[in-house]
Amino acid sequence: MRFLVRRLGFLLVALWAALTVNFFIPRLMPGNPAVAMMARFHGHVNPSAMHALEVAFGVRTHQSLPSAYVHYVANTLQGNLGISLTDFPLSVSSVILKALPWTLGLVGITTIVGFVIGTAMGAIAAWRRGGLLDSVLPPVFVVISAFPYFWIGLLSIWLFALTLGWFPLLGGYTETVIPTLSWSFTGDVLMHAVLPAFTILITSIGGWILTMRNNMITVVAEDYVKMARAKGLKPRRILWQYAGRNALLPNLTGFAMSLGFVISGAILVEYVFNYPGIGFMLLQAVENEDYPLMQSLFLLITVAVLFAIFISDVATAILDPRTRSNA
Amino acid sequence: MRYFAVFASALVRGARFLRRDKKAAAGSIILLVLLVITAFPSWFTPHDPAAEIYQPGTGVSWNHLLGTTSFGQDVFSQVMAGTRQSVLIALIVGFLCTILSVIIGITAAYSGGLIDDGLSLITDVVLVIPTFPLIIVIAAYVKNAGFWMMVFVLVFTGWSYGARQLRVQALSLRNRDYLLAAKTRGESSWYVIFVELIPPMTSLIVANFLGAALYAVLAASGLQFIGLGNINEESWGTMLYWAQNNEALQTGLPLWALAPGVAIAILGSGLALLNYAFDEVANPALRPVRTAKRTRALA
Repeated sequence: MRFLVRRLGFLLVALWAALTVNFFIPRLMPGNPAVAMMARFHGHVNPSAMHALEVAFGVRTHQSLPSAYVHYVANTLQGNLGISLTDFPLSVSSVILKALPWTLGLVGITTIVGFVIGTAMGAIAAWRRGGLLDSVLPPVFVVISAFPYFWIGLLSIWLFALTLGWFPLLGGYTETVIPTLSWSFTGDVLMHAVLPAFTILITSIGGWILTMRNNMITVVAEDYVKMARAKGLKPRRILWQYAGRNALLPNLTGFAMSLGFVISGAILVEYVFNYPGIGFMLLQAVENEDYPLMQSLFLLITVAVLFAIFISDVATAILDPRTRSNA
Repeated sequence: MRYFAVFASALVRGARFLRRDKKAAAGSIILLVLLVITAFPSWFTPHDPAAEIYQPGTGVSWNHLLGTTSFGQDVFSQVMAGTRQSVLIALIVGFLCTILSVIIGITAAYSGGLIDDGLSLITDVVLVIPTFPLIIVIAAYVKNAGFWMMVFVLVFTGWSYGARQLRVQALSLRNRDYLLAAKTRGESSWYVIFVELIPPMTSLIVANFLGAALYAVLAASGLQFIGLGNINEESWGTMLYWAQNNEALQTGLPLWALAPGVAIAILGSGLALLNYAFDEVANPALRPVRTAKRTRALA
């Protein structure tokens, strides 16, 4: 239990840090972009947009820095993220809500699928040391990991969409189709998701394979695995329940740690495919100088990653009895 | 003198390692070639990479090995000229990140107590905040981040992974007998850290340098690709930006978009292969098993 309390404490500290970074970035940049932008917008946008900007940055010309900070934190905690400048007068949260399901569907599912398949493949590779999987996979994925995510996306667009014509080129669904809950629309969405999902999968799976394989190699040499063999347990049982379960622990921590990298890659993949998710929206917000939207998206991504890390901590606590005692 | 001996023996071991390990050798050759291109770009650029004077949108020919852009620039020369920035970003960011990781990781492990708690907390927080979105937000305010701004942002976000790893390894070494012996002899902290503590960690430090360099190359090219770098600089990421913005893939000029990506991957593979080889040095259990077939036949 102490383990989880400590991790919960860390979650809160990290959340606070993200919030604080988000508050200070526009102020610490050369020339203080926050104030500069407020000046630029003054008189050009109506008072409520002005207010939206003030909320986003916590900028009040008459407010001192500490009180602006307190104001900003209170607003954010209440979910008051301000108003989007591009989709005026929609609130930032409602704009984000439109993009969220796309990213959860695409990035969420592919990340979990990639982790599960990659971990299984890594475990098997280490189990059959020197076998086909073990000698082919590591070098192949070392090289693949050196390719930029978005470039794999460009390559698959060129190959599978433009040259072969198997999949649609861009977007989350065909623009002319009216989004309804029908089979044809679902099929359309799935067809659009294949290439981006493939791109994320192929670039992220190698990391899981390699770390699981490396953990597994260490674990397989442990005495309790020898003991299990000596007892005459079925190899499959030793592989998954003895060695696999223990090798998975560091990989779960690794999963949490590299989630940020996967999300980062996914942003660019969404951009390449014009996929209507959070990442694409973030880059559009940058392009349109929609700073309130941009900063809220950064915060949202951070919060999502931090909660995923906490969930993997809980999973660790369930899988590893040592953390439940007073470690 | 003592410091020099440590350094020399590390060098000799490194040379032997390269001769034995194929992955390390392949990685080194790739990096060496790219370093030569970086040092003497004019030897490798048959045309002026910036000149928009050739027939636009042509395919592969002897005169234009990778065709031309829709602006009428020579793609091959652009790729060669772009090498320099990526290699420099890799080296400089990799180096600065490593220095920071070593200082923070080893200070934390060596000091212990409250200092360790504080430094570890900072490291972990920086580690879990998603780097790329943060870089995007910073770059969006900076506008057309030039080379040094890019370096600063990448170092600021890239040191934590290494610091964490180095701290863990330094902790496991901290109470070894030979370290305690050196302290009992009355050696200074500097001596203990630089001669006794750091040398056994060399392979991990090198692996960290390579990892940080790879991260820098990929992150920088990603930023430039979405137009957050200086779009007038010659680099692979910028090439990808122009190719994407002019729909190179859709207009039948795939090489314009694909060639710089392959170049990034070549540099990245060089770094990753070396990194992988150094991981095997740090953890001997990971080395390929050469006798696998024989033992299986016996069993």
